[in-house]
Amino acid sequence: MTPTPAPIVSPAADGAGRRHRRHRSSRFTWSPRRVSTLHASRGRHVPAALVACAAAAALGVAGCAPGGGQADAEGERTAAPDAASSDIAVASGGEAVTNGAAMGEVELILWDQEVREGQASQFTTLVTEFEEAYPNISITRVEQSFEDLSTTLALALTDPNPPDIVQANNARNDMGAFVGAGQLLPLDSYAATYGWTERYPDTVLKNSRYSPDGAVFGDGSLYGLPQVGEVVGVFYNKAKLSSLGVDVPATWDEFTAALDAAKAAGETPLMLGDVEGWPAVHVLGPIQGALVPPDEATALGMGNPGADWTTPENVAAAEQLAEWATGGYFNEGFLGGDYDAVVEEFASGTGVFLMAGSWVGAVIDEAMGDGAGFFAPPPVTEGAPKATTGGTSLPFSITSGSAHPDAAALFIDFITNDHAMEVLAETGNLPILRTAELAPAQGVWADVYAAFQDVSDNGYLLPYLDWATPTFGDEVLKPGLQDLMAGQTTPAEFCAALQADYAAFTSGD
Amino acid sequence: MRRSLAATSPSAASRRAGVQRIRRGRVDHPAAPYLLIAPAFVVYGLFMLYPLGKAVHLSLFEWDGMSLGVFVGAGNYADLAADGALRASFVHAGVLMIFYCVLPLVIGVVIAAVLSRARVRGLGFFRTVFFVPQVIAMVVVATAWSGIYAFNGPLNAALRGVGLDRLAQDWLGSYVFALPAIGLIGTWVQIGLVTVLMLSGMAKINPELFEAARLDGAGAIREFFAVTWPSVTGETAVALTLTIVAALKTFDLVYMTTSGGPGTSTTVPSYQVYYQAFRLHEVGMAAAIGVTLTALIFLINLVVNRAADRAAA
Repeated sequence: MTPTPAPIVSPAADGAGRRHRRHRSSRFTWSPRRVSTLHASRGRHVPAALVACAAAAALGVAGCAPGGGQADAEGERTAAPDAASSDIAVASGGEAVTNGAAMGEVELILWDQEVREGQASQFTTLVTEFEEAYPNISITRVEQSFEDLSTTLALALTDPNPPDIVQANNARNDMGAFVGAGQLLPLDSYAATYGWTERYPDTVLKNSRYSPDGAVFGDGSLYGLPQVGEVVGVFYNKAKLSSLGVDVPATWDEFTAALDAAKAAGETPLMLGDVEGWPAVHVLGPIQGALVPPDEATALGMGNPGADWTTPENVAAAEQLAEWATGGYFNEGFLGGDYDAVVEEFASGTGVFLMAGSWVGAVIDEAMGDGAGFFAPPPVTEGAPKATTGGTSLPFSITSGSAHPDAAALFIDFITNDHAMEVLAETGNLPILRTAELAPAQGVWADVYAAFQDVSDNGYLLPYLDWATPTFGDEVLKPGLQDLMAGQTTPAEFCAALQADYAAFTSGD
Repeated sequence: MRRSLAATSPSAASRRAGVQRIRRGRVDHPAAPYLLIAPAFVVYGLFMLYPLGKAVHLSLFEWDGMSLGVFVGAGNYADLAADGALRASFVHAGVLMIFYCVLPLVIGVVIAAVLSRARVRGLGFFRTVFFVPQVIAMVVVATAWSGIYAFNGPLNAALRGVGLDRLAQDWLGSYVFALPAIGLIGTWVQIGLVTVLMLSGMAKINPELFEAARLDGAGAIREFFAVTWPSVTGETAVALTLTIVAALKTFDLVYMTTSGGPGTSTTVPSYQVYYQAFRLHEVGMAAAIGVTLTALIFLINLVVNRAADRAAA
């Protein structure tokens, strides 16, 4: 056994430290130090541990638990954080070094997933510009797909020499678990130094805020900064809408009336392809945004206690979706429909409305250009602030094991500054800041930019509903939505099932 | 190889004697057989037995893959038995067995019997055609069939084309049809394997048996049940073993076509292993499902092979 940090016993070692099956919050109580020492101990203790494990397995003894061997190593590594802390001036309250040229020769290791078309070109541009601006700092990227990054990041973070900057998903299972394990650096001091809290609206930053133990989501220290915005709303076919004689709806009732008008005219009012289960989450999200008070929807989405899925507003949102699904408002065969295929169908002129995220804007813009529009779900009362599912691309975080946090912060500042937002807009991304200002003159993107700016400045970006609990999205929400739309369950039963998962998680049961 | 060379060479007798002496000398050593199987066994043990033992070991713990696991004994197995959703996934795998094993066996035997009896020209071509689905990556198969089953796809178009509009379905979005639809993809894939296995089995049947049957006045069907079918018991056992394993470990087909939906109507145990381990970080539970699945496959195949042995005897 070579003394590499590879976790030989763990095929699935991933961030979330869940000790207990389902819904138990004690997973957030494990000691950060324990986890960070895991790998230090591996190399030295593995052979003995292996033999012991094998013997224990053979004898059927419980004495040799997987993941063991770290407790005895705890003492060896206690000194490590202190040794590194001289570099982390800011984290310990000192003054941050913001002068890149004074940082000496630095190599920053960066794990990112900016690999798709527009993302890749903006990021390559910004990295190159950064290296030109600071020749003494070099960036080494480890690029991978979103899925690959999600499954490997936890391992990278437990390495004694972790990457300096990582893109960690906001969800509890990812960023929350890393924060709880002490693997990410709180960025509050850097935020003060660089003025990030003024740069970003609160509704965006709260998606990267956690309490130090990772238990509270949406409040506490800042752990990452995103570059790109996302907003879930309603795409519409302009020609069809005007032929129906309907204006872009300003209230929820006008929206449902427009759907009725489309149905009466023999058009497909709403397009959906839900074979994968998650697309319907982005239909329920905007409905909830319109009908449920935003603070309640936020608590539900972030898995923080104090809200309830069975309130009349939430049941009404579920009823609205069930009514559309069973009343023939969606395209035929939407339950088994492929998401991308249905988006293509909409882009080629089928259906009047499509409820989806801004990320499909590129496909629609290419096919329809100015022939399509986009709006955030209209509120019940005209002129009230709009609320809808949305947020950010994966935020960039600094690891607590990084030896160069100051340089890392300088880089994060660089890729989120005013100039970076211009690069983002030029390369076909939705910049999270200065959005309306950088919007293209026309086309569906113009609407998407405007809607995002409006919601993030004047309204509420609600968290993705599947962030709530580790089991919420896959076990409860996605199959539950399909059951609801197929008429297999009632809206009340649907909400009760969601509440059961949410309540079990938030009560720490 | 060696023996045949020896047999054809002029001094065959003397050389064979020498070879045998040497062989016997080695075989007589008590450790020899173990030394001979050692290389293969080490590999097998390292990559099969050790991981299997490790999986059994892990299944006794509640473990997130990183921090210290907690020993829970048979707790994960009890949870598995108590969890309706997990039990349902095993039932779905059972349904898939009908489509993966029974249907391909019936269809494959018939095709093989027809092909071997009719002495078709270009048998090799047909064998290849039937076997092609086995060669294509499952992900490709799943994507292609998703297209066929799509609401506006070729299957519904064909149904509408012949006036059967009422039968046109949202196949993969239907609580009734999604599981059989996935099963039929499996049938399509497995028919080729069964056909090729049966063809090779039938090729070995002594033609005199057919002649005798025909002289006794047996028709094609009688001949099939009296001669062909009993002669391929071994191949049937192999075909069943392989298809049962394929049915119970189905993962890619479900992952690519329905993701377990609509609702939870097409979840399968292998999907649950992936989900529990990689999404929920419930490594112990995932191991418990995997071990249960392994035991189930082992048991079913034990029964199949016992039955085949008895039938052959």
